[in-house]
Amino acid sequence: MVEERNARSVATIVIEPSRGLTDFNLREIWDYRDLLLFLAWRDINIRYKQTILGTAWALVQPVLTMILFTIFFGRMAAVPSEGAPYVLFAFAALLPWQYFATTLGSASNSLVNNANLLSKVYFPRLLIPLTSLFPPAVDFGIALFMLLGLMVYYRWAPTVHLVWLPVFMVLAMVSSLGAGLWFAAMNVKYRDVRHIVSVLVQFGLFLSPVAYPSRMVPVPWQYLYAVNPMVGVIEGFRWALLGTGVAPLRLIAISSASAVVLLISGLYYFRYTEKTFADIV
Amino acid sequence: MNDLAISVRDLGKQYRIGGRRERHETFLSALAAAMSSPLRRLGRIGKPVPDEQNFWALRDVSFEVNRGEVLGIIGRNGAGKSTLLKLLSRITAPTEGRMEIHGRLGSLLEVGTGFHPELTGRENIFLNGTILGMKRREVSRKFDEIVDFSGIEQFLDTPVKRYSSGMYVRLAFAVAAHLEPEILVVDEVLAVGDVEFQKKCLGKMSEVAEGGRTILFVSHNMAAVQSLCHRAILLDHGSIEKEGDTASVLQHYLVGSSLTSHKVWSPEQRPGNGSFRVNSVRLLDLTGSEVSSINISDDLIVEIGYEVIKQGPVGFSLIMFDADARVLFSSLSNTEKFYYGKPLPPGQYKSTCRLPGDLLNSGRYYFSIVGFSAHWSEMFTVDRAVAVEAVDDGILRGDYYGGFGGSIRPRLAWQTAALDSVDVLMQRKAGENSSS
Repeated sequence: MVEERNARSVATIVIEPSRGLTDFNLREIWDYRDLLLFLAWRDINIRYKQTILGTAWALVQPVLTMILFTIFFGRMAAVPSEGAPYVLFAFAALLPWQYFATTLGSASNSLVNNANLLSKVYFPRLLIPLTSLFPPAVDFGIALFMLLGLMVYYRWAPTVHLVWLPVFMVLAMVSSLGAGLWFAAMNVKYRDVRHIVSVLVQFGLFLSPVAYPSRMVPVPWQYLYAVNPMVGVIEGFRWALLGTGVAPLRLIAISSASAVVLLISGLYYFRYTEKTFADIV
Repeated sequence: MNDLAISVRDLGKQYRIGGRRERHETFLSALAAAMSSPLRRLGRIGKPVPDEQNFWALRDVSFEVNRGEVLGIIGRNGAGKSTLLKLLSRITAPTEGRMEIHGRLGSLLEVGTGFHPELTGRENIFLNGTILGMKRREVSRKFDEIVDFSGIEQFLDTPVKRYSSGMYVRLAFAVAAHLEPEILVVDEVLAVGDVEFQKKCLGKMSEVAEGGRTILFVSHNMAAVQSLCHRAILLDHGSIEKEGDTASVLQHYLVGSSLTSHKVWSPEQRPGNGSFRVNSVRLLDLTGSEVSSINISDDLIVEIGYEVIKQGPVGFSLIMFDADARVLFSSLSNTEKFYYGKPLPPGQYKSTCRLPGDLLNSGRYYFSIVGFSAHWSEMFTVDRAVAVEAVDDGILRGDYYGGFGGSIRPRLAWQTAALDSVDVLMQRKAGENSSS
């Protein structure tokens, strides 16, 4: 357990074997904000170094997936797209999905990839998975511009619902960080996690309403379905960006609750296991 | 006002080692074990884990450091120095005990932690600085000073992957040297760079120490410990073996009470056979004085004293082991010209074997002696008769600061030849001649 207190202007730190759970010490994370920003900046900076396409890579995956989905689901299977062009329907969902998948993947491997930092310097360990939130956000921003361009092309005007977009973005961050914390901490001990995450992301693409609307899921199952936090995020994104239909409030509520539970439990698990990270990573 | 900077009480750190059976490195094996033996697991709850699976890297360590004091921590590899520093730096959590740290603590367990090869020198200064605990504004303020100290200003905007190892280390240490915590914990970072730069670093360190800052300093460079530290702690097998003023602790360490550099047997217990008996085995330096530790660049002499009881030939084999009990070599005394193979009349004798310098790596080595009579008959072995601690004196390092793998570190001849018709060195020499 580590506690800090100010005594006669000298910060005193007492270190003892920890018993039980500690608080999240969010103030310490605030104290280390410069490091968080530099780590994020480092990851953004080196992301597309020594690549020919550079930041264009941010668009390759979502655009290719959108084209595939449009051909197979939009045309061949004629999946309904809530009245919007299927291209927009799929791309509005791929934005948060891509963000979630990349962030989750990089957060899950973050501790292992930064093993040398963990074993050589002290800083709040939470900074490492937190850093993973930033680089995919840059890709997200680029893809968002692409979507706006597509909307202009399809003459699809956004509605006032657009102001809710940041809320769903935060929800996407909470979901990916929550799951990422669990996997990052487990990955330190069990390297299987890397593979589990990639399988999970592949399945998740179809367990989330990316290629199809969530109302295709039978009603009683929809509530179970919405336990996947990305269901609420994606439906929210579509509603905010394309303004189709009414806000799926129930789904969003269930998904939000699930995301918050994931984040808080993830924080606890992370805090609980972090004291052994440097020993076993 | 409290004058303590650090107070450590009954500190202990336990690591789990071995016990593969109970360690699940893959998720599946943990899952399988959890499902196949829930009863076994339940039965074990509350029972302490058997001791042989655990290893105390540090135990019952208590000490205090006053504000402004420079404390040296010395000990052999595996004595617990690094563990102690990791605990103080909060990299890992203690198993038992309590530490109180009064003031901002910065630790330097490695230079260049977090350096990214793709980033430029300028970018790495900021990244590394914040990783070491500085604020961005602090780094900006000291930026020019750091660049000055490193002496690499013309490469500031080059990615560090294109740096030579020397430049890399200079830059890394320059950042570290400008860390200004109230308490500084430093591990073995002075074994970096060329001699000139090492001196500069030592100078900077003592400057920091004179500035009233508290420093904990781990090093194998005894000269540095001697010149920097007021007080020292000798760690051995995870506990404090000796604590006190630097000179006396260093002496204690170098004499190495736990190493046997000479063995003398009483007449009844002497190992041997029917023809001769070994009285003593000693390790000597070139001046003939007994040593328990040598610099790796120095020669070492193994001396065997023995008494021939019954006239006959006497032969020895010297076998050297490293700390992991691997045999490094065996050497036969049949290369000796005058006495080997000839019947020796009864009396006292000594045989010596000289090991050249620049052969051993740093670490501990053991010698076994095999004695035999005519035609390798009546063999006997004196297992691990003596041991020596070989200490890195830095002579074979050159501009390299990392570890040396392997059991030995011989000095070998390297040569480079230019295969094109233009000889770069000759050309440069010619250029110098013409300009002067």
